[in-house]
Amino acid sequence: MTDARALRKLVRRPMVLAAATVVAGFVLVALAAPQLAPFDPVAPNLLSMRKPPSAVHRLGTDEVGRDVLSRLIWGARASLLAGVIPVTLAVALSVPLGLLSGYAGGWLDSVIMRVTDAMLSIPFLIVAIALAAFLGPSLRNAMLAIGIAALPTFLRLARGTVLAIKTEDYVEAARALGCSRPRVAGRHILPNMLAPLLVQSSITVAAAIIAEASLSFLGLGQQPPAPSWGSMLNAAQRYLSQAPWMALYPGLAIFCIVMAVNVLGDGLRDALDPRQQ
Amino acid sequence: MNVTRILTALLASLLLAATPAHAESVLRIGLNDDPDALDPTISRAYVGRLVFAALCDKLFDVTPDLKIVPQLATGYEWAADNRAVTLRLRPNVKFHDGEPFNAEAVRFNIERHLTTPGSFRKSEIGEIKSVDVVNDLTVRLNLSQPLVPLLAALTDRAGMMISPKAAKELGDRFGTRPVCAGPFKFVERVAQGKIVLQRFAEYWDKGNVHLDRVEFVPITDSTARLASLRSGDLQMIERVSPTDLAQIRGDSKLKVVGVPELGFQVIRLNVANGPRSKALADVRVRQAIDAAIDREALVKSVFNDEYIAGNQFVSPSSAYYNKKLPVKPRDVARARQLLKDAGQANPSFTLILPPERDRQEAAQVIQAMLAEAGITMQLQSQENVTMLEAGKRGDFEAYFTFWSGRPDPDGNIFTHYTCKGAQNDSHYCNAEFDALVTKARQVADPAQRKQLYDKATELLLRDVPAIHLWHRRVFTGLSARVQGFTPHPDGIIRVKGLKF
Amino acid sequence: MRRLAVLVPTLAIVSVLIFSLQKLLPGDAATALAGEEGDPAVVAAIRAKYFLDRPVAVQYGLWLGRVLRGDFGDSLRSRIPVADLIVSKLPVTVELAACSMLIALAIGVPAGVLSATRQGRPLDVAANFVALSGLSVPHFWLGIMLILLFAVQLGWLPASGYVAPWDDWRRNLTTILLPSVVLGTGVAGVMMRHARSAMLQTLRADYVRTARAKSVPESRVVLKHALRNALIPVVTLGAIEFGRLLSGAVLTEQIFAIPGFGKLLVDGVFNRDYAVVQAVVLVSAIFYLLLNLLADILYFVVDPRLRGS
Repeated sequence: MTDARALRKLVRRPMVLAAATVVAGFVLVALAAPQLAPFDPVAPNLLSMRKPPSAVHRLGTDEVGRDVLSRLIWGARASLLAGVIPVTLAVALSVPLGLLSGYAGGWLDSVIMRVTDAMLSIPFLIVAIALAAFLGPSLRNAMLAIGIAALPTFLRLARGTVLAIKTEDYVEAARALGCSRPRVAGRHILPNMLAPLLVQSSITVAAAIIAEASLSFLGLGQQPPAPSWGSMLNAAQRYLSQAPWMALYPGLAIFCIVMAVNVLGDGLRDALDPRQQ
Repeated sequence: MNVTRILTALLASLLLAATPAHAESVLRIGLNDDPDALDPTISRAYVGRLVFAALCDKLFDVTPDLKIVPQLATGYEWAADNRAVTLRLRPNVKFHDGEPFNAEAVRFNIERHLTTPGSFRKSEIGEIKSVDVVNDLTVRLNLSQPLVPLLAALTDRAGMMISPKAAKELGDRFGTRPVCAGPFKFVERVAQGKIVLQRFAEYWDKGNVHLDRVEFVPITDSTARLASLRSGDLQMIERVSPTDLAQIRGDSKLKVVGVPELGFQVIRLNVANGPRSKALADVRVRQAIDAAIDREALVKSVFNDEYIAGNQFVSPSSAYYNKKLPVKPRDVARARQLLKDAGQANPSFTLILPPERDRQEAAQVIQAMLAEAGITMQLQSQENVTMLEAGKRGDFEAYFTFWSGRPDPDGNIFTHYTCKGAQNDSHYCNAEFDALVTKARQVADPAQRKQLYDKATELLLRDVPAIHLWHRRVFTGLSARVQGFTPHPDGIIRVKGLKF
Repeated sequence: MRRLAVLVPTLAIVSVLIFSLQKLLPGDAATALAGEEGDPAVVAAIRAKYFLDRPVAVQYGLWLGRVLRGDFGDSLRSRIPVADLIVSKLPVTVELAACSMLIALAIGVPAGVLSATRQGRPLDVAANFVALSGLSVPHFWLGIMLILLFAVQLGWLPASGYVAPWDDWRRNLTTILLPSVVLGTGVAGVMMRHARSAMLQTLRADYVRTARAKSVPESRVVLKHALRNALIPVVTLGAIEFGRLLSGAVLTEQIFAIPGFGKLLVDGVFNRDYAVVQAVVLVSAIFYLLLNLLADILYFVVDPRLRGS
């Protein structure tokens, strides 16, 4: 089947394989955070505040004496959750809405698409900031805000796929043979939506991780004392000259995971899209 | 070749022409924030007061040790019942538009403060019932009740005098082109860019003005502000962050001076405001929280010892500090005993705090300190305004805020802890306390007032409606070339008297 | 023309969205403005003055009516007309966006062309990797790192702040350099990828093959024949990216304390300065839509195939 071929195509690329390993590594770290972290990520230690990296604290300590490495490890949870949950939310909402819009057509379609256009004309991060400010600062609300901000892109994609496939011969044939609309949608349209949604999802996961970091950086995401890479950067900005290590590592972590997800996304797109090289 | 040379010469002469014959002395001051409207009546932000200090003279000023001294008024006299105060005004004072300053102008200004919709001054001087023009240079302010702290209000924005003519012309856009009677007059304002002021030639005290221009430049990022000071682009910066002090001290071209602020950083506890007051209704639990916090360690570790540990409504350096009740060392055993007596060995409550670094860091340290006494404190971040609204509604157990402070002690205590006080979100209510601080408003003798406030402090420390934690030091960073600077506890830079 | 017709209802919905955004922001502006004392009389006066006490629909009507006349109201905080604020911030953000775009094009296009001509070879792989890095790096962190290196450690450039070019053009350049590099790297990645795929397509086109068959030197083929056509999609996509830069510099402006659009917006959100937030979002949405339209028109104008149909 095409799926197997796509997978084989994917695995054959060393970059993609490396990226998948990195992502798996981050997931593992996030899952095993309690076992891996050498110190308590939230308990302040007044005796070791803003200490540079040493044998005890490999990546130094932060503004209230916590181990940066331990916070980094626990922070992986927030970042990965913030990458996956908003996208899941957007996909879960966009598929039914896209089907509705693409199938129903008429004024309903127009309304949905005009609202989508309008939302798309306001930059993603601005929508997320405004929504997060509205919902109140917390990781959950930040994820909700990112999910809603990401919705229009998915909605448009889902609708486009519906419109494209709706007129394909085999779908029209199925309709002519008397298959009900939900059945056609379930049997023929949904599977075809999968590939483009998957590609868009991987790109959006990367964007969502950065968005969470940005919101946390502005104080609108993960709340202290719980660690998140973005809020660690927020705290670090005050001590840039005295404790640069506080700023270095969380950013590197964000960069690595986002890069890996992007490479994976590229690989997915190339493997699933026959037009691409 | 020749063309190049001619062009170079031309360019050089152009540059020369652009430079004035004698160098203007320009002082550039970095502000932490962009000021709001430059209208004394509707100005709210602290940072605006720095600009006003150069732009608008006030009826009175305060000295660094908080004594009230003449500025546009030359003296005052309280009526026997303390229900009226007569002000003598400085003669030959002109506003920047050439209009004369006189009793009529004072009346106009006071009435403007009292009647403008959205005036922030009304609550400060609302007790003024009427203003009588006695003669051209004498006014009498009639009060609805005896209120000695009123004069302190006249040392700030409520005492600033603006040109009545300009005020009438510009209406509610006065703040975009303010016309006052200060040492410098308004030139232009580039929003979030800079505010430019120029020496006022007809200033009543021009002998003490040594600068030609003053520019205020808002730079919200502290690293950037500091970098601009070090590069010489700015000559002064206000409210330097304690974490930046080391860099200024290490730079021989710069100086930094600091004084304790007038205000305080405080955790307000919900004592009786709605159903959420249940968690901390027992005074012993509140006392236990108080005892479990190590203020000295907090200030030392989080703020490099640059701030001052405090436990009262004024800082330990204030004349009104109750020296018999200093900051106590931490006592976890006592905290545990108090909790045991209250029958709540492991109480739990939620502290609301805004996403601001000082308080975020301190709260995490306090959280750990309380945990050692068996008290669980959850942290919940809320945007500042949301938090204050929750406070008003009683939708909190504890919240972390600060008070910027007032020169008169009354401004730090009366509205905060009296039963009907506007800042009393705790709904603390103690008739004995109310009687003490109300009496302190009516007596003019400082010694007698001190006694009253000492007793009131005793009650507050016993009942713990709020936990005062620390007082910041207001640091001003300046180029070593700047001379004649004296720091004030209000953090306001008085530009008059400064020179290079 | 159909696109132009669609623009109007889209903008109308944007205006509704933006208006509800204001209602969404928690914390009443009046309370935010009432200050430390929070005097209830002051709050009520502010509410009345800015019509905050009227029904939402009435507020929307009043607002839209004024906006259509170009009046965005006064900033609740500074009392400066919002239109003036926008006009004073716009040049800053446009300068930043232009410098970033310049950097992005200077790096992205040659890199894309180069890697297209060496498809699959190490240089191509490396260039792709770098482009993806540019896309993946969190801008605000990159900004912090550059400040750390060039301002804190080396002391070569100011950490942040902004000097207008007409005040001092040299210092203007030093203040705008780092933020432009930060924003430019991200866009450079996008431009490189666009340029690469556009080049790959044109290199496969018949006329390029013909030119090659006629043994025209390869460099000439690439630069003269292929690049010229490949630039069409690059330019149109560049226009869209530029529109994004105008409003997408939120965090970068925050970190470098650049008084532009993004900073105006974030400060507005935190100060509950509704009028400012609404105007900034509306203006940036208009920019975005117009630049998209421009991109379409450009595409139409420069691509003869589309003109024919």
